[in-house]
Amino acid sequence: MKFAIVVFPGSNCDHDAYHAARDVLGQNADYVWHKDTDLKGADVVILPGGFAHGDYLRCGAMARFSPIMREVQAFAGRGGPVLGICNGFQVLLEAGLLPGAMLRNTSLKFQCEHVHIRVEQTDTPFTLACRRGQVLRIPIAHGEGNYFAEPEVIARLEANRQIVFRYTNAAGAVVDDANPNGSAAAIAGLCNETRNVVGLMPHPERACEPVLGSADGLLIFESAVAALKTGVLGGSTRSALEAVG
Amino acid sequence: MVDPNVLERHGLKPDEYDRIVQFLGREPNLTELGIFSVMWSEHCSYKSSRVHLKTLPTGGPQVLQGPGENAGAVDIGEGLAAVFKIESHNHPSFIEPYQGAATGVGGIIRDIFTMGARPIALLNSLRFGPLDAPGTPRLLEGVVAGIAGYGNSIGIPTVGGEIAFEPSYAGNPLVNVFCLGIAKASDIIKGVASGVGNAVYYVGAKTGRDGIHGATMASAEFDEQSAEKRPAVQVGDPFMEKLLLEACLEVMRTDTLVGIQDMGAAGLTCSTTEMGSRGGAGVEIDVSLVPQRETGMTPYEIMLSESQERMLLVVKRGREAEVERIFDKWDLHAVHIGSVTDDGLLRVKDRGAVVAEIPNRALTDQAPVYHRPMAPPEYLAEAQQLDLDTLPPPREVGRALSGPANDALMLLLGSPTIGSKRWVFRQYDHMVRTNTLNIPGLGAGVVRIKGTNRALALSVDGNGRYCYLDPYRGAMLAVAEASRNVACAGARPLGATNCLNFGNPERPAIMWQFARAVEGIGAACRALGVPITGGNVSLYNETDGRAIYPTPVIGVVGLLEHADRFVCRRVQGPGDVVILLGEGRGELGGTEYLKLAYDVVRGLPPALDLDAERALQALVVALADGRLIRSAHDCADGGIAVTLAECCFDTGGVGIEASIDQVTVGRDAGLNRAAALFGESASRVVVSVAPDRVDDVRSRAAASGVPARIIGRTGGTALRIEVDRKTAIDVSVEAAERVWSTAIDKHFVKRVA
Repeated sequence: MKFAIVVFPGSNCDHDAYHAARDVLGQNADYVWHKDTDLKGADVVILPGGFAHGDYLRCGAMARFSPIMREVQAFAGRGGPVLGICNGFQVLLEAGLLPGAMLRNTSLKFQCEHVHIRVEQTDTPFTLACRRGQVLRIPIAHGEGNYFAEPEVIARLEANRQIVFRYTNAAGAVVDDANPNGSAAAIAGLCNETRNVVGLMPHPERACEPVLGSADGLLIFESAVAALKTGVLGGSTRSALEAVG
Repeated sequence: MVDPNVLERHGLKPDEYDRIVQFLGREPNLTELGIFSVMWSEHCSYKSSRVHLKTLPTGGPQVLQGPGENAGAVDIGEGLAAVFKIESHNHPSFIEPYQGAATGVGGIIRDIFTMGARPIALLNSLRFGPLDAPGTPRLLEGVVAGIAGYGNSIGIPTVGGEIAFEPSYAGNPLVNVFCLGIAKASDIIKGVASGVGNAVYYVGAKTGRDGIHGATMASAEFDEQSAEKRPAVQVGDPFMEKLLLEACLEVMRTDTLVGIQDMGAAGLTCSTTEMGSRGGAGVEIDVSLVPQRETGMTPYEIMLSESQERMLLVVKRGREAEVERIFDKWDLHAVHIGSVTDDGLLRVKDRGAVVAEIPNRALTDQAPVYHRPMAPPEYLAEAQQLDLDTLPPPREVGRALSGPANDALMLLLGSPTIGSKRWVFRQYDHMVRTNTLNIPGLGAGVVRIKGTNRALALSVDGNGRYCYLDPYRGAMLAVAEASRNVACAGARPLGATNCLNFGNPERPAIMWQFARAVEGIGAACRALGVPITGGNVSLYNETDGRAIYPTPVIGVVGLLEHADRFVCRRVQGPGDVVILLGEGRGELGGTEYLKLAYDVVRGLPPALDLDAERALQALVVALADGRLIRSAHDCADGGIAVTLAECCFDTGGVGIEASIDQVTVGRDAGLNRAAALFGESASRVVVSVAPDRVDDVRSRAAASGVPARIIGRTGGTALRIEVDRKTAIDVSVEAAERVWSTAIDKHFVKRVA
């Protein structure tokens, strides 16, 4: 299977996602330039971390105007799995593929450190290989990862089971001390209503090899591979996942 | 004759002006005067330091590029080169901490990718006044945010560094930034202009009026009016730099370039003259073609602007379209502003009319060189005297809860210079590029090189207090410590870069400190086999006539042929044997202990036997390579007590029980005990070893002539240290770690009224 990694001019985790998909996981992977209009037949699209267009305005605000985003929207609309990591998550929010917005961290500082996140939902193409409630140790690296949405939006996300990851302590408990940036409802990651588009602030691609301090992030990439192995792609991912049971 | 005020504003002395007239055979116009002033400034010409720098060892079989280019390079095997350099941005960071530090990072990154290398790691070395002094937290916050803001955006991890707080830096903080890149050894590109008729291209940000005379500013002392120099500090745009980085690396993969150089200090002036001079050619440009951000800029302003994120390229004739196409892809415009000539002149035109014409070599090789007068500082003889018997016994010093030694250990661990720097490095993206094997705070930074089994270890070190007390020995110790830190990661040191931060060289005492420090660096680099491949000199670090401690900062890069054999400072669990390699002599001169417990900065810094140091480092590298040690940590600030404590930190609370020898430095038993615990004797490393490897380690140490003594075991949850079989320190690791980990944070806790 093939991962497409979208490269905006200010992406800086593109190489890392590529390395995880190709060198660690042994899958096919290709970069797609943001001015391109073709996803090169990819099965999974990753919007990597970085500062897409410098992000002097709002993070990801300009990226949604890049030509490739029309293709990404269409791909997502067809049920194709899309993963936005960090800045990629911010781009998904700005592009309206996921609800909500990002504020500055409550510390008002950039924070780079390992955190724990709990897998809340396993019926997405990026959490299929996880156990529900499983705690993953994965680093964050961002200055604006404080997720915000109106209370009614949060309520809807809860009702629809769209909150995919929450910040917790190592034991899996949601506590204030374990929320690194002040995110509403301790939200670290979300999916859309059709569950094929997932965004998260932590960087799973940085946690794919034990030598880097954790290999928990590999589960996210392995999930995508597992989801695709079910054979139903380009159609509805939900039906594919239901087929797996 | 020119107005003396005009000369003074340009930082030129009357005799320097006479030389200019000689070179030109006429009076210079104002544009030419401006060009001479920046190229002959201390910052660009190294006119005070050059005669001394020439004595440094710069060669070796591993050296691919020594000083004189944008950065140095060493061979790391498999056809690859490590390209690295350190540079200061002290003066701009004092005036505007965020932008000053940010543009420092931008400048050093450009130096690295200009060589054709992809930057993969950053380090920094920072000095501030005491953290509890007003103003310091704001400066620290601004500098750290600036470094983070720039490095994080571009996606180059900051994998380590060091920070110290001393009163001497209160009016003049130091911001030294180091960058490491990787290139194919065969693809290293240089900053040369050659080939008559080849096109000279300008790429990157537009030129504005920012930073005009930045190089001259960096060559003057500060006074109360310095804050008014704010317009001379540039503003950074990391996104532009990211575009430049990617586009330039893409252009370099073609073979369209003759040479490339970034426009750093002295901007367009420096890049055109240096490239021409290196290639033995001339360069002709027309400033009216230079992209400008502001209207009505004069040739003088365009030539002297230090606007950031700009590059100068010399492109092979006929290949222009290829180059332009790549820059277009990245939404950058490569503008043809001139060409290479064969007359050896820098010729500047404005809409075709010549506005400046100067022989390149008059601006570079033939710039003034000074043998400035030197004399030992007046304070020195007195400051080197240390009579420990005149100090009160330690028990009267501490506010002891559980004994003076415990109390002193906590005092040291809680000081910002020794305490955890997590508050700082969590603001730096230290993991991007997924190569960081050893994160900041655990020893030297270690980054793997994907596609190989190799890794590089890097460290920057320097101790201004030592150099204040003895610049020769202090500088040797800086080289030894940086190299030792790299060795403690398991890496063989390959090369070094230096950033020499000193006061006003026109004062004989400062010049003496500088010369002695350079001699010390040379001696240590020769003995330890780490040639200097480049660096930077920052003089005039003074405010209102008070100089900083002389502060040479040394960056060392070392190679691990097997990345998975790196070691860090943390012990790996209970039941291991703790061995001290090297010997403590209880040296208290210039130590953190004397400073913190007694407020005394006196004596001689620790002695350094370079042969012993070399043997120790080689041993540690061999032990790591043979997988015989499970952790390694060098003894530096705070002595062996602090070293042992740090071995326990970040382990989840694993303790150590250790027993060390008594030393006799004076009449008081308490002070002797403190000397054993907190003395900073050099050439010592604490390693932890699995019990079944102990004999092996000891026999290898014996074969290397390095003293190796079992001093304890890991285990339990406390740090206990006996001196001469009497318990001197007994603290829970948790309590000690709490003090250590909040040493900087506590100065930033918001006070609620």
